[in-house]
Amino acid sequence: MIRRHGLARITAAAVAALMAAAPLPADPAQRIVSVGGSVTEIVYALGQQDRLVARDTTSNHPPEALALPDIGYVRRLSAEGVLSVNPDLILAEDGAGPPEVLELLNETQIPVATVPMGFDRAAVLAKITAVADALGVPEDGAKLAGEVAAAIDTAVAETDLGGKKVLFVLALQGGRVLAGGENTAADGILTLTGAENAVDGFAGYKLLTDEAILTAAPDVILMMDASGTRHISDKDLFAIPAIAATPAARSGAILRMDGMLLLGFSVRTGQAITELSEKLDRIGS
Amino acid sequence: MADLAASDCPAVPGDRSHRARVLMAGLLVSLLAVALLGLSVGATGTSLQDALLTIAAGNEVAMRDRVVLWDIRLPRVLLGILVGAALAVSGAVLQGLFRNPLADPGIVGVSAGASLGAVSAIVLGGALPVAALLGVWLVPAAAFAGAWGATLLLFRIATRQGRTSVATMLLAGIALTALAMALTGLLVYMADDAQLRDFTFWNLGSLAGATWGRLSLAAPMILLPLLAAPLLGHGLNGLSLGEAAAGHMGIPVQRLKQAAVLVVAAATGAAVAVSGGIGFIGIVVPHLIRLISGPDHRMLLPNAALLGAVLLLLADLFSRTVIAPAELPIGIVTAVIGGPFFLFILLRQRGIVDL
Repeated sequence: MIRRHGLARITAAAVAALMAAAPLPADPAQRIVSVGGSVTEIVYALGQQDRLVARDTTSNHPPEALALPDIGYVRRLSAEGVLSVNPDLILAEDGAGPPEVLELLNETQIPVATVPMGFDRAAVLAKITAVADALGVPEDGAKLAGEVAAAIDTAVAETDLGGKKVLFVLALQGGRVLAGGENTAADGILTLTGAENAVDGFAGYKLLTDEAILTAAPDVILMMDASGTRHISDKDLFAIPAIAATPAARSGAILRMDGMLLLGFSVRTGQAITELSEKLDRIGS
Repeated sequence: MADLAASDCPAVPGDRSHRARVLMAGLLVSLLAVALLGLSVGATGTSLQDALLTIAAGNEVAMRDRVVLWDIRLPRVLLGILVGAALAVSGAVLQGLFRNPLADPGIVGVSAGASLGAVSAIVLGGALPVAALLGVWLVPAAAFAGAWGATLLLFRIATRQGRTSVATMLLAGIALTALAMALTGLLVYMADDAQLRDFTFWNLGSLAGATWGRLSLAAPMILLPLLAAPLLGHGLNGLSLGEAAAGHMGIPVQRLKQAAVLVVAAATGAAVAVSGGIGFIGIVVPHLIRLISGPDHRMLLPNAALLGAVLLLLADLFSRTVIAPAELPIGIVTAVIGGPFFLFILLRQRGIVDL
């Protein structure tokens, strides 16, 4: 009995010694925190979701992702919160932070892979490539990038909108319209879809004056299909006299689309273009 | 005033100076306990006790645990102590200076100045060549500069022929706050989505930015005014009788005002720079201390520092555990707890004749 026990111990020790002596294989990360909605979508599209242990607040698609622990808003991560899920890789969109938290994470020697952001076809493909490389599945990444590129190209080729002028309304603030100007995801998706952004001359999301709305004279008003308090009803929208006077309001051309699909610039961008252009097409005629 | 009270009825057991000393001892013990709790609790399972046992057993603490305890929680707890103490003492000094229990750093424009500095750095910082040089220090440095700029401007406005008018300072503080908020609004309007969110979060305050680097820079700037503050105690007591009376008592009133403003600008400026906007500590804490142990500034100032530290550590503990692994901005916690609590004190106070 004692002998056998001793033998078992020797065997165990030998096995342990062998394992320790064996060169450490460069194991791909198996406990990944995904930070940024578009990044998470790509991880799922690559079929690598089993390696995810947590996500950020903006990662709400696919719905299964919501079951993962939420480490907070992408630009306000908590160092200890991230560490608490024991990650071996942090896959974060560009702009994640704050920088001092990334600095602390850096000290734990957990690698942080940064995914570039952007609002055009090339940016989507670059994101997919970056995520796939970080996950160690570059072939799958190339395949997915090819599929997404084809989907975008097909969708773009099929759109025929004849320069329809679209006003993207992000929110209403105190009876004024917060609209998407240049260098926004809204502008990017409108450009890809072949529609014309009704407002230009400013970057980001800005509050419009009544005169700017009248000058813009949009044929269509596009919004996110938000639930609860963020939902903008037609009634709220038409309560703004300048909006009520636009061609869009007069013809009832008000569109709503899922925000993450529309503005995510991820694997579903082709689908977003198709859906948007179909809706724009239908609503105009 | 407390001097008079003390000589009128020497050392009765319920005496307030005795109570203040007991309170101070109690607060010191609480601070130690809360600090240890702060080191032991967090989103990761790592506890101080486990770590100490591991070290006692001769094992090196695992790297992650070491980072959590040493690089994340310890600087954070120390920063919490400093910031809580700084905000509470600044509130107490200003309340003494203005002889108004509702004064806090917000009222003299320090907070609005810091906000303006922070939002300028967030929105315009990228365009400046210094931005790359300062890196993660850009926003704290700008907030610090904003806080100091507002205070110095205020002092210049309120000082005529070597005399500073406290009443003018109050009015100028309101005007400067309005101006700084207007400029902040302009920058917020120019901000893009991401910048807007950064500023909102900065405004809500957080101790999450606590690193050894930030702590080592903020610590001397906060400690110096904190240690100097109790020296103002006697003068502020005299001032509570009115400026003329204080002058007759031999208190150098003008120098006292200068010193008080300097202490507040230094302590609040540094605290806000590293932690963003954290409200209610500066106004609630001195109030609480006065309720318990009376208005003698010589005890009020150190006790406010201790209670400020304890409350901010508790708020931080709450903010980083309640929705773990995510984190609540601490300003939300202090406002949500501090607001109703302050109302409660006010309502109770109305029923109590002897404050």
